[in-house]
Amino acid sequence: MLEAKNIVKTFNTGTVNEKKALRGVNLTLNSGDFVTIIGGNGAGKSTFLNAIAGVWPVDEGQIIIEGKDITKLPEHKRAAFLGRVFQDPMNGTAATMGIEENLALAFRRGLRRTLKAGITNSERTLYKDTLSRLGLGLQSRLTSKVGLLSGGQRQALTLLMATLKQPKLLLLDEHTAALDPKTAKKVLDLTEEIVNNQHLTALMVTHNMKDAIQIGNRLIMMHEGQIIYDVAGEEKKSLQVEDLLKKFEEASGEKFANDRMMLAK
Amino acid sequence: MASLINALPGAVAQGLIWGIMAIGVYLTYRILDVADLTVDGSLCTGGAVCIMLMLKGQNVWVAMFGALLAGMAAGLATGILHTFMGIPAILAGILTQLGLYSVNLKIMGKANQAINVDKYPLLVSLRFIKGVSFFKNTIFLVAAIIIVLILVLYWFFGTELGCSLRATGCNDKMARAQGINTDFARVLGLMLSNGLVAFSGALLGQYQGFSDINMGRGAIVIGLAAVIIGEAIFGKVFHNFGFRLLGVALGSIVYYLVLQVVIWLGVDTDLLKLLSALVVAVFLAIPTWKSRYFKRGFRNTIKQVKPLLDRYFKKSGIGNGEKG
Repeated sequence: MLEAKNIVKTFNTGTVNEKKALRGVNLTLNSGDFVTIIGGNGAGKSTFLNAIAGVWPVDEGQIIIEGKDITKLPEHKRAAFLGRVFQDPMNGTAATMGIEENLALAFRRGLRRTLKAGITNSERTLYKDTLSRLGLGLQSRLTSKVGLLSGGQRQALTLLMATLKQPKLLLLDEHTAALDPKTAKKVLDLTEEIVNNQHLTALMVTHNMKDAIQIGNRLIMMHEGQIIYDVAGEEKKSLQVEDLLKKFEEASGEKFANDRMMLAK
Repeated sequence: MASLINALPGAVAQGLIWGIMAIGVYLTYRILDVADLTVDGSLCTGGAVCIMLMLKGQNVWVAMFGALLAGMAAGLATGILHTFMGIPAILAGILTQLGLYSVNLKIMGKANQAINVDKYPLLVSLRFIKGVSFFKNTIFLVAAIIIVLILVLYWFFGTELGCSLRATGCNDKMARAQGINTDFARVLGLMLSNGLVAFSGALLGQYQGFSDINMGRGAIVIGLAAVIIGEAIFGKVFHNFGFRLLGVALGSIVYYLVLQVVIWLGVDTDLLKLLSALVVAVFLAIPTWKSRYFKRGFRNTIKQVKPLLDRYFKKSGIGNGEKG
């Protein structure tokens, strides 16, 4: 499904701010894998997702999705394969455009944008149906500007947009981190529901160890630009937060440090 | 007073012609979120190309179409500087504008070129304001052109391609994540905008009967003024995109009417550009001032105070059973 081979990325090469963000990341995902990613500050979690999304070119390595090498493709072309949800709810939607217009943009991901109508009536019905499943009442506000929505609503909408056209891979970059706990839970439940229903392959960076253990079928831990722990199946399900902390100290020889990381059980 | 009233139709005509230019500025400034300074050069390019083509014996429509294409080429240059070469938009616009100064001189062969309204079939002119048939009247013609332009733009920004432009201007990170080529969208937007600006320059050249190397100086400020005035006066009434564009064109007319009044009042005309710059500067500052010094708008203050008042009234029993 996804093959990331020896991904290397260094920022600000040759300056005092040089940062080796990814030092040879190797990861192979099977179709239907739902992987959670955890790690300390600057471990390279978001950088890894950005490398896959093509926000900038990688220094070394290869990224292959379903047998197609996308390493050299620009960001907007890779979008045909990817659905993305960002940490900041402001980033995933166009605030000055309507809800239906945002969905229509997402509906055309991977297609050529022509002089045909930007949104058709049959689409509107589809969007209404899809939105009503969110249970947020957005289906009656199709033409409302997205800027009027709350962070949680925007994040739910972004999630819908990312999966409206079935992506080969869904990239979730701490997409609940900016939400209050209750809303975060809702968005997370929605995420699980969508991923399960559509049998998506997904990578989810999270700051919540408990979520990382409970959600998905596989967990990876990153440290200083490398994957230091990779666990799946039954072994993953039986993990405890303490186990993860211990694993981290074993693998890295350091105490786990992440400003946002929630260690609570 | 009579002199002022006499001057008003001319001011309206000029306002309408500049209104097309202001719509071009609106496309970059409001939709693409880029302040494009190319327009100071491309306005003159439009005028120069149109006048020269007509002097060479071309049909007026062909000449204006030529001006439109020349403007789009100018936009393309800025677009390439901005996207392919990664130069910040403002600087890219300034570079193109400077380059266009030479280009415009070469097009005209000298600093200005006059065209005689009696010898060439001009579409619009100072002379076609009064005492001509309705359909030949410059005010009617330009107004009709603007309405057609607004309809075309309204249609375009509703298409898939137009929506991708709007998304790029609003949130380019999101746009790329949804598979939109944001570089292409920016270049296309700059081309559209400068095409319109040059088209407006072509009309302006005919209207005043000459094209001049300095005719675009400060055009961006006039364009911004029209956009801002249009939004300030009509923003609350016009929500639909098409009407917003209309508001910008009307804003341009208001700008020229006010200018005419200021001239009539006897203000030194040398000071007019300074005045325009000051007015636009103050209007551009308003959003910043609002957020810095009036963080809680009047309405918000009321919203916050109201529950306290309500509680007080409830306790004291005043206004019981009433809402609000």
